[in-house]
This record gives sequence, structure tokens and C-alpha cells, in this order.
Amino acid sequence: MNLRTTFLAAAIGTLSVPAMAADLTVKITNLTQGIAFTPLLVAGHNADTTLFSVGEAASANLQAMAEGGSIAGLSGDVSGAGGVVGENPAGGLLMAGKSTMTDIDTGTNTQLSIVAMMLPTNDGFVALNNLTIPTTPGTYTYNLNAYDAGTEANDEIRGSGVPGESGFPVPPPLEGEVGTGGTGVDAVAEGFVHIHRGVLGDTSSDSGVSDIDSTVHRWLNPVARVTVTVK
Amino acid sequence: MTDLFKRRAGLASVLAASVLLSGCFGDDDDNNSSNNAGNKMTYAYEVTVLNATAGQPFSPLALIAHNDQYRAFRVGEAASTDLEYLAEAGSNQQILDAVASNDQVHTSQSGDGVVGPGASQTLTLELDEDDFSSAYLTVLTMMVNTNDAVVAARGIKLSDLAVNGYHRVNAIAYDAGTEANLETSATIPGPAGGGEGFNAARDDHMDQVTVHPGAITSDDGLGNSALTQLHRWDNPAAVITVKRTR
Repeated sequence: MNLRTTFLAAAIGTLSVPAMAADLTVKITNLTQGIAFTPLLVAGHNADTTLFSVGEAASANLQAMAEGGSIAGLSGDVSGAGGVVGENPAGGLLMAGKSTMTDIDTGTNTQLSIVAMMLPTNDGFVALNNLTIPTTPGTYTYNLNAYDAGTEANDEIRGSGVPGESGFPVPPPLEGEVGTGGTGVDAVAEGFVHIHRGVLGDTSSDSGVSDIDSTVHRWLNPVARVTVTVK
Repeated sequence: MTDLFKRRAGLASVLAASVLLSGCFGDDDDNNSSNNAGNKMTYAYEVTVLNATAGQPFSPLALIAHNDQYRAFRVGEAASTDLEYLAEAGSNQQILDAVASNDQVHTSQSGDGVVGPGASQTLTLELDEDDFSSAYLTVLTMMVNTNDAVVAARGIKLSDLAVNGYHRVNAIAYDAGTEANLETSATIPGPAGGGEGFNAARDDHMDQVTVHPGAITSDDGLGNSALTQLHRWDNPAAVITVKRTR
């Protein structure tokens, strides 16, 4: 993550006093042109806890987040493991280009993770996975990539946010941007978490293979930028 | 080295040129800038921009050295008209003119012509001692076979580098948000289109800077696109190396 060097280097007012507790301000920016993030989960947890691992099957709670935007299950997992959570700092969808911020005292927890579903996708999500929280006060910036939970076929057509049901949910702010009548892009779930290959989309709003608009909803990584200020 | 010297000498004051000469003939770097009592040091950096794309020439580079306040743009906010010129037409003149009178900016420099795919260009930037304590570098260039894509690295710290120290940064492509990504020949100023550069109209999906979603191209179903699969890219679009030489 070479960019981290740059922004680390740009840290302002860095002191050499070690932090006694991880009292953080976390700023999250949606860098995409046209993807919305569902309610974000910001979690401080121990090193034995992880929300997902690339190459392995997603948990049921990760699936619920990635397919329908529900963070309740993952939040419970973190709390149950002695972690600390911040839920839904944006108060709903975090739209393209927009930022949100939250304070979190992670206590003795050493790791920080952040997840949210990306809409419109079938089971795409943005994630910061198991960052070791810096202990030196300062400002640190990280670029986040898009993942595919591997739990649902990327058919790219309207459908359900219920885990195990096909298609993606379309909340009101996205209604006008998402098409109809797509015949479906892919029919097979991959079975393991991986870096998302991106959406195909098409340019038709009422036919074609996809209900996703290729001129609006595609992305390249990074899809989010997180700035962690350690106080 | 000869070309580099000429360029430096052309830009530098008589004093700085004499300092450079002593550097060229092998004097200790730790002394050569301070051996004239009462004169201030000049810091020098070699900035190398490598175009890492397959088919996206870069417009003439804009190098801007600045303090911790300056931002060439902010994600989620509308681009300045100066940045719009760079993003849509590949013209760095407007933004370089603008920063010349910006007190957040220490110095700036234009690149020398287009940097093609796979090619690199090295420029030398000099910084006065007074500016060193809060010094960051921003590098901007347009991918000319696009509507309004800007490859940018922002905030590369200059003041933490010792002589011969360097930062290497992966730069990503941003969408200026100032022009719709139609990809038509009429709207692509680079060789793939030969069309219009700057147009003041703001007709993109949203009038805000974001990370660029990439080119779709005619090979991937965008009717009327003048672009082909060759013009697609992924991040990083450029690799930028900043080395302090003095």
C-alpha cells in the first residue's frame, strides 16, 4: 500500500507520546462516482477476531451485510468478542463523493475494521480489514478496496436484500438510476470472499443483461478513503 | 547530466548555480549548500513520473510544491475551473498561473511535453530553505484519451527526505466530474479522438471529483465510444518517485 506512505508522511502534528487508549476519530469518504454505501460498521476488536478472510467462505453475518446491508449480525459478533462498535455514522446511505465521521474509543482493542455493502451490487462490500491501530498520535490515511462476499451470483438485476435471495435491493435514492429488464449477467456464486471484479452493467435502462448502468455504477479501486486520527 | 545542468542553471539564480557547480564536482553534500556564510540553502528534488498505462498518454505534467494547506482538489467537491482546463484539455497553464500567486504554494513547474504510455519524465524542483519545514508535492496530469481524467498524487512530503532519500508513490486516476464520460471522438482531445478539449459546461454525472470509474470503450458495449480496450486502465495509473538530490 504505497499510497499509505504518502499520506502517513503527510501526518500533521505528529507527537512521540504513546497513546494510552485508542481514542480515535475515523473519517470515511466514498470515492466512487456512483456507488452508495449502506450503513457502515466501524469496529475496534482484538487480534483474534476478523470479519472475513479473503479466499474463505463468508460468515452468515458477513453475507447479511454484503447482500442486504444489515450490520446487526457483525456488530453482535464484535461486541460478543469484547470489541467496540460504531454503527451507521452517516445515518443511512453514504452517497458517492460524500464523507462521514465518527469518534470511537477502542480501549485495549488493537484492530480496526470497517465494512459496508456497496449498492447497486449483489454482494459487493467496501472493507478495511483488521488494521492494526497506530499507537502514535497523528493522522493516518488508508485506501480501501471493494470485495465480493462470494455468497450471491452477480446477476446485476433488481431483487432482494434477504440473504440467499437473488438480486440486489434498490432503496429510494437509487430508484431512478437503476434499470429494469436485465436478463442477468452471472448465475453462480463464487463461494469465497475475493476482491470484486467490478460490475459489467450496460447502457440500457430497460433491457440488456444488467440493471446496472455501466456509465454510472462502475468503479476502480480504491472505493473509499479512511482517515484515522489517533488522539 | 549535461541536460539536467542546463535546465537547472537556466532556472536558478547565480548563487544557486554556483552551489550546483560545487555539487557537480563532488563536494560533500552536507556542506555545499551552507558553505557560503549567511546564504540560505536550496533544496533540490528529482521528480520522476512513470506512465503505467497501456494506452493513455499523459498531458504535460504540473508539479506544485506547497504547504500543508493547499489542495489542488477535494473529493466530493466541484473542481476549480483551472483544474477543469487540465482535466478536459490537458492544459496545465491555468492551474500553474493560478498557483503562482497563491501564498500556500512555494513553487511550481511544468513538464516538458506529453509522457506516453510506458514512458517516464524526470523534472527537477528547487525549494528555498524558508519553505522546507512545511513542504509537500502535488503532481497532476490528464490522461488525454479520456473526457476528464486526472492522474494525481497529492501531499507527497518533501521535508522529511535526507539527501538521496526518496518516496515512491502509486498515483491513481480521478474523474474531475466536469464533463460527461461520453468517450466520443468529439469529446476526447487525445489522439484516440482528436476532439474538443475545454468546455465550460458541467455535464458530468455529478459535478464533483471522485475516483475515476475507468473507461468503458466500444469494445465493452458503449456505443459511439472512440476508445477501445487498449485505452482501459487500472490503478495505479502512474508511479511517482521523488528523490532529494541536494
